[in-house]
Amino acid sequence: MNPAYSVILFTTASGAGYGLLSLLALAGASHGRASTQAFAFTSLFIALALITTGLLSSTMHLGRPERAWRALSQWRSSWLSREGVSAIITYPIAIAFGACWSGLIDAPALVAPLGYATAIMCWITVFCTGKIYSSLKTIRAWNNPLVCPIYIAFALATGAVLTAAIANAFGRFVIFQAILAMIAIVACSILKFIYWRKIDNAKRTHTMAAATGLGEGVSQWEVPHTSMNFIMKEMGYVVGRRHARKLRLVVLFFLNLSFLLMYLATNWQWLTYLAVPAIAIAAWVERWLFFAEAEHVVGLYYGKQFA
Amino acid sequence: MTSLPTPSAKKLGLVIDLDTCVGCQACATSCKEWNAQGDSGPLTDTDPQGKDVTGPWFNRIHGYEVKEQWRDDSRIVNFPRSCLHCEEPACVTVCPTGASYKRAEDGIVLINPDTCIGCKLCSWACPYGAREYDYTQGVMKKCTLCVDRIYNTNLEPEDQVPACVKACPTGARHFGDLGDVNSDVSLLVKERGGYDLLPEMGYKPTNKYLPPRARRNTEQAHIEKLPKSDGSTMEKLFLWADKLLSNKSASAAANPDDNSGKLEG
Repeated sequence: MNPAYSVILFTTASGAGYGLLSLLALAGASHGRASTQAFAFTSLFIALALITTGLLSSTMHLGRPERAWRALSQWRSSWLSREGVSAIITYPIAIAFGACWSGLIDAPALVAPLGYATAIMCWITVFCTGKIYSSLKTIRAWNNPLVCPIYIAFALATGAVLTAAIANAFGRFVIFQAILAMIAIVACSILKFIYWRKIDNAKRTHTMAAATGLGEGVSQWEVPHTSMNFIMKEMGYVVGRRHARKLRLVVLFFLNLSFLLMYLATNWQWLTYLAVPAIAIAAWVERWLFFAEAEHVVGLYYGKQFA
Repeated sequence: MTSLPTPSAKKLGLVIDLDTCVGCQACATSCKEWNAQGDSGPLTDTDPQGKDVTGPWFNRIHGYEVKEQWRDDSRIVNFPRSCLHCEEPACVTVCPTGASYKRAEDGIVLINPDTCIGCKLCSWACPYGAREYDYTQGVMKKCTLCVDRIYNTNLEPEDQVPACVKACPTGARHFGDLGDVNSDVSLLVKERGGYDLLPEMGYKPTNKYLPPRARRNTEQAHIEKLPKSDGSTMEKLFLWADKLLSNKSASAAANPDDNSGKLEG
């Protein structure tokens, strides 16, 4: 599949934003009001800015962005619609939580319930994002039960590293934040490792024979057009597959690097800042590969024997 | 609504005969021509006269080579590919806006170009590559089964069929109600063993494909026609005469009006 930058930015940035927001919300739910308003405002602003950047980026992918509001209507059948609806619902809950958590509104009793509600909405939204892809039977690499857990794990890992870095900037860094980030990073590495093994060993049950009904001896003789068409551009991306092995190692390297940085940050706290670009590179390359490596069944009509 | 309607009794669709299709592209070009001006129009191409022309077409004619068992040679099968108007189309249910829908009355799958946001998710959900993105308009486009022809009473009755069916010079494309077991198309499917594409994926396509007919074993037939040799002098004489008389240049020289042995031009 064609790895569109707008969609990679959407899933990684909004994932990091929701991960960060859910951890801030849980911190508020368990510890009550934020220690300083400056910390609360800055961290919430970064979380909501990442989420909004991601969502706006996803509308840039649309042919008619001005009609994006229509995407909220079909939540009964469409995961894309559900993702949009839960993203919209999350905003007012998160803002209400932020107002109580920062002390802007003096309602300490509401911090915990709003915090839990915000965290749950964040995870539901990220789950829906993963479901957009994992619900597609036409793309074997996506139609996999690990896809949603991977989306959530990466959201939490990027969010936890950001939490540690922001907390550090306000002198609020504690070892627990580093441990949380390390657990999430290890979860990403393990899930991704199993996922790659699974997609590499998956049986390719769809054949050109079944796609054309012409039996085992069928092969492509002539393509139907002289230049590229939309289907070939969108579904036939091959550059990524050629470098897949190396890029997988890049993802694992930067996951390990951010793990190491978070571990060392328990002694040298400034390393939390370096962990941010490390985990960002891991998430970006992982998401790019997620698209580039995925093969679509329609390739069977364009010469692929198995899908 | 992108939730699917309860399956209709009427299931309009196409039956495509892979035995008689000659791959002339008439269906593809007449489809593009009709739909460039009809409900789906304009169906423009970017860089139409240039080297990198691209644009949505609802019908793409593939060519496949089929190597048959026990034969040294292979055959070419022309394979038109378009929307199959599935009974359970994932392209409809993934649509976030409701622009993509399946008609409750006749099962035709359509896109409303006025509410489509161009997210392309439907094209990802379709295994048949039936949906193409219109770069000039920012919306998805697909086969409408010529919904603006088949119910159009301004047209002559014989023209109230999809443009591709009307254009096919070999009668390889058939249009009708596949929900009616006694319709011409249903009987044709039954008689010729019409089949679904990628049936294991479960989208239940309405359109059916008729397989190429089994080939006559020409090589075997040729050997059977040859006379058996007995090696006699008389036979050698006949073979010599046969060779002499079969000589095309000799026969053409003997009979100047006979052009059968010459190439045209």
